[in-house]
Order: sequence, then structure tokens, then C-alpha cells
Amino acid sequence: MLAGFFYHFGRYTLLLKSMWKRPENGSIYWQETMRQMVSLGIGSLVIVFIISVFMGAVTTVQTAYQLVSGFIPRSIIGSIVSDSSILELAPTITSLVLAGKMGSSIASEIGTMRVTEQIDALEIMGINAPGYLLLPRIIAAVVIIPLLIILSTALCIGGGILAGHLSGIIESSVFIDGARNTFNAFNVTFSMTKAVTYGFVISSISCYQGYYTEGGALEVGKSSTKAVVFSCILILLSDYVLAQLIL
Amino acid sequence: MIRLEDVRKTFGKQEVLKGISSTFLPGKVNMIIGASGSGKSVLMKALVGLHTITSGHIYYGDTDLANITDSNRLALRRQIGMLFQNSALFDSMTVEENVVFPLNMFSKESKSWKQDRVNFCLERVGLVNTNKKYPAEISGGMKKRVGIARAIVLNPAYLFVDEPNSGLDPLTSILIDELIKEITVEYQMTTLVNTHDMNSVMEIGDHIVYIYQGKKCWEGDKNAILTTDNEILNNFVFATNFLKDFKQRRN
Repeated sequence: MLAGFFYHFGRYTLLLKSMWKRPENGSIYWQETMRQMVSLGIGSLVIVFIISVFMGAVTTVQTAYQLVSGFIPRSIIGSIVSDSSILELAPTITSLVLAGKMGSSIASEIGTMRVTEQIDALEIMGINAPGYLLLPRIIAAVVIIPLLIILSTALCIGGGILAGHLSGIIESSVFIDGARNTFNAFNVTFSMTKAVTYGFVISSISCYQGYYTEGGALEVGKSSTKAVVFSCILILLSDYVLAQLIL
Repeated sequence: MIRLEDVRKTFGKQEVLKGISSTFLPGKVNMIIGASGSGKSVLMKALVGLHTITSGHIYYGDTDLANITDSNRLALRRQIGMLFQNSALFDSMTVEENVVFPLNMFSKESKSWKQDRVNFCLERVGLVNTNKKYPAEISGGMKKRVGIARAIVLNPAYLFVDEPNSGLDPLTSILIDELIKEITVEYQMTTLVNTHDMNSVMEIGDHIVYIYQGKKCWEGDKNAILTTDNEILNNFVFATNFLKDFKQRRN
């Protein structure tokens, strides 16, 4: 098992190294990066919107349920919901969902290109296949995922305000006061550090799984599943490591 | 010209290519034939550099593929065009984008020049009004034609064709074969075709290499293939009743 880990880690590292060669034509790489940003970003907006609003709403209702003492001001709900959204809910939970969506999409796309010899065709043309296929996807994910997480944080807090107002748990102004009182700008920096890390983890692991697919349609499916599973595990692991190191 | 000297390729303990030597000349359609699993696909992938050979030499002109720098390897690959068995067109691109892709990567010519070149190549392979279609929207034969157009767009010196007739009806197969022959002569390319279709061999083969269990079993032209007394080759060539009858009548 240990030998297997070192084999895959070595191959993964070499694959990432092989991306960094001078592009044959920079403008094509730039166009491909933009195309991937649109594909990964726009394609994920709906799912990010839905999960973020509901995460915020549920956190508000559950926090209110646990605050049974009359001595605790209601504004604390705003503090808890906004801080948890910035620190954990938006970056980590959203990234876990994105690992499912983006990870499977990247791995299956590249895996299909491998089994249908499209990657061989690129190599025979004299194109650096890892550079052309992987680099734009990784750059796109590292840029787009933090933007999606900023959006997710805002929607999460918005969902909390909405749920609090509609259910009569807390007034919007009280919620916002609570959120403002405990706001710490460093939490946003920490959240963005997580987002960039998760963006890299999701895209690079999925690219690796797709790039080394061997066989046919069945193996493409397996690569896609592996990409999602390993991305999720590494997101949770890096979540803990970053929290331990930075906080 | 491509020259092979004692080319060997091993996967683990299994030796797939067992010392193959031959020479493939420009302006000729060179055919590598053999049964499934004989090693002809591995040989072709070794020739284009997708597999590293275990020992031996592959020369492109005077350049030895084994002792080539990375930059020279990339330069050499730009002289190679390849048509894959399943065409290997990029699904996310239209026909036109597939063909212009190598030009966009490597050519500094103007956009209009590239467009003219793409139109010329597509017309050359007999495709009109398909520029904006995606690979999923065209037939297998049309995909092969697009694959050929993409392979020749950079004016390569070497053309590799893997199983050109697989999945095609007999009439389309003949058209694709004729197209390969025509462009080989027209552009004086060194063309290598990997096939087990004897109709193709008899239609367009100038020089034929028969691979059997990883070894070169026979080499010659299409006339000699019908008169050879090589029993292994005869078993392969005359596996169909049609050619058996042909040989009996000829004898």
C-alpha cells in the first residue's frame, strides 16, 4: 500500500512538472483557460446557489434552536452563522460539492480523451499534452473556486438572514449587527487560502485520474469516481492541516 | 525515408516486437499487415514515438529516434501526420476547428491564410459544407476524411494510418484507400498503413511487411504476396474464400 502511495505520488508530481513547458502558442492556452473558467464557473453557479442558501438557512434555524437561554442576545445568531459561513461552511462544504461536480467532469473529459486516443493525437502533433490539457483546467479552478466561494459565503449569510426573517427567529437588522460585531478580516483571508488550496486539489487530482485512464468507458467511470473520492478526502485533510497551521 | 534496425519492445517479461528491420520509402504506401495481437499497433506506436523501444534503432532520414533531443523530437513530430483507428477528432471542436488546430499551434501565418489552407485540405479529402459540424454529427467515413485533412494540414513528410477501414462499409473503404494513395503520391510522403484488410493491401499497397508474433515474417510487394510459398503468410492472406478462389484460378 505504501509502495502504491509513493508510485502515485511520484507520477502525480512528474505529471504536474511536465505541464511547465513553454507553450507552443500562448494565445491558444489563454483561450483554453478562459473556456475552462466559463465551463467550470458558470456550470457550477446553480448548485452553489442552492446549497449556499440552504446551508445558511438551516444553520440559522438550528443555532436559534440551541440558544435556549434568555440571557444570550439574539444577535449572536448572526455572529455564529456569518463566522461559520466564512470559516467552514462556504469554503469546505461548497468545495466538497464542487469536487463532485467539477472533479467528475474534468476526470471523465480527460479520461475519454485518453481512451479515444485524442491525447495521443496531441502528442503526435508535437503538443505538450499535459500543458495543453491540465494547466488551463488547474489555473481555471484555482481562479474560479475562490470566486464561487465568495459568492457562496454571501449567499449563505443571505440565506441565514432570509430564514431568520421569514420564520420570525431574528430580525434582519439584529442578524446583521451580530455579524458585524464579530467580523474579523483575517477569517476571509483564511477562507480564501482554503479556497485556493481546494481549487488546486480538485483540479490536479481529477486531471491526474483522467490522464492516466486505461481501457474503455468502464475505466473512465472508475477514474471519475476515484477523482471525486480522493479530492474529497484531500479537501478534508487539508482543511484540518490548514486550520492547525494558520489558526 | 524511415529505416528500422532490429527494433525490439518488451512489456514486463513479454517481448512484443522481436527484432524487426525494414525500410519504408517516400512516395510509397507501405503496409504493415498481420493478425490481431501480432504487434503491428505496438510497432506503429513505437515508430511515432508513443512507445519507447527496448533496443534497436528507428531512423527518420539520418535522425535516430533513440538519440534525439526533446526539441528535435518535437520538430520531428511536426513532420508527422497520423490518422487514428477511431479518427481521434477533438469532440469539443467543429470539423474546421479540428483541422485548423495544428496550424493555430504552430503556424504564424495570417488567419485568412489558415482558413484557405483548411478549406483546401477539406476539399482535397472531399468534404464540403461540413466545416461547422461537430464530430458527433458526421459519419464514420467523414470522420476519417477529417482525420486525414488534419493529418496533412501541416504538409507532413510522414503519414501514419492506423486501421483506416475499420468500421467502414466496403465502398467507403475503397474511397479512403484511394485518398491515402493519392495524397501519398501527390505530396511524396512516406506513408505507413497498419491494417489486416487484404482488400486495402491489394488496392494500394506498394510495399508490404507481414508481422507474425512480433517478428517480420515476410516482406515484398502485392504481386509477390499472391505467389509466395510462405505458409504462415498464405494462411493469413488466403483466409477468405474469395482470395483462395483467386489464387486457384491464377495457378
